[in-house]
Amino acid sequence: MKAPMRMKDKIILRVVSKALLPPILLFALYVQFHGDFGPGGGFQAGVIFAAGLVLFGLIFGLDALKQVFPVVWVEVGVSLGVLLYAGVGVVSMLCGYDFLDYDALHVPGPMHGQHLGIFLVELGVGITVTCAMTAIFYFFAGRRAS
Amino acid sequence: MIIEIALFAFLLVIAVAVARLEDLFAAAMLTGIFSLVSAGLFTLMDAVDVAFTEAAVGAGLSSVLFLSALGLTDRRERQQRPTRILPFVVVVLTGLALVYGTLDMPAYGDPTAPVHNDLTQTFLHGAEAMHIPNVVTVVLASYRGYDTLGETTVVFTAAVGVMMLLGRRREPDPVEEEPS
Repeated sequence: MKAPMRMKDKIILRVVSKALLPPILLFALYVQFHGDFGPGGGFQAGVIFAAGLVLFGLIFGLDALKQVFPVVWVEVGVSLGVLLYAGVGVVSMLCGYDFLDYDALHVPGPMHGQHLGIFLVELGVGITVTCAMTAIFYFFAGRRAS
Repeated sequence: MIIEIALFAFLLVIAVAVARLEDLFAAAMLTGIFSLVSAGLFTLMDAVDVAFTEAAVGAGLSSVLFLSALGLTDRRERQQRPTRILPFVVVVLTGLALVYGTLDMPAYGDPTAPVHNDLTQTFLHGAEAMHIPNVVTVVLASYRGYDTLGETTVVFTAAVGVMMLLGRRREPDPVEEEPS
């Protein structure tokens, strides 16, 4: 971002954001992987994770964020999530079930096939949403005022 | 009940303020607060998943996006033309039509409401059989998995659109001034 006063030189902003970042990212992971049991899921988790990244980018600058989370990751991740989601559907079709019928993913053991399916699908949503939100921030914040 | 009324009153005040303000920075912030208050309302209605999304997207990320868009433009709204009566009438009529439409809806929490039909029972029993406590996740990811795949694709498309319109990779990091 074009910043006449640089936010990372403000000690309060820097310290508070550094203290907040790990809990935000951890909370995103919790929401992601705990979505079967509590409120939340891939979409919310992705947004929260992206919010953490955006906070970092706001305080420490876009270039610092691009070192932590390169643009290539964003570009790959956006497609990877959808690919993972649709891939689950293709796998279940290859197993002779309907598209996205997670019963196909049943493996011996206590875990229901639906559990695994929902886990993978939510992971796909999470990856895509994280990267999409970060991408929008990258390309908006990367522009200069005309 | 008191809390709901208070929150609704807040929503009204914020909405009017957003419409009236000329300072776009304050308006962007108020939009975030609007989302936060809505999230509170959703929580009171036991729709925690919706509230969660509203809080994360509306109050969190979109405020940031508004702000980064504001960084590219002016902070103040352009001087408004004199108030015109026709748009106001249209808005009021639309609002009244919407309120009239809600009159036919079943009361909040009505057990005989159409949503509580056999399908809901199917979802509830299905979630129980899968041993997944959060029925919302089961409906979204499993029963309506195809639908959610479509939504994910929409997010993907939005990101790709932004990248294609605003992104300029492949260029070696441009020299400071570009034609603007």
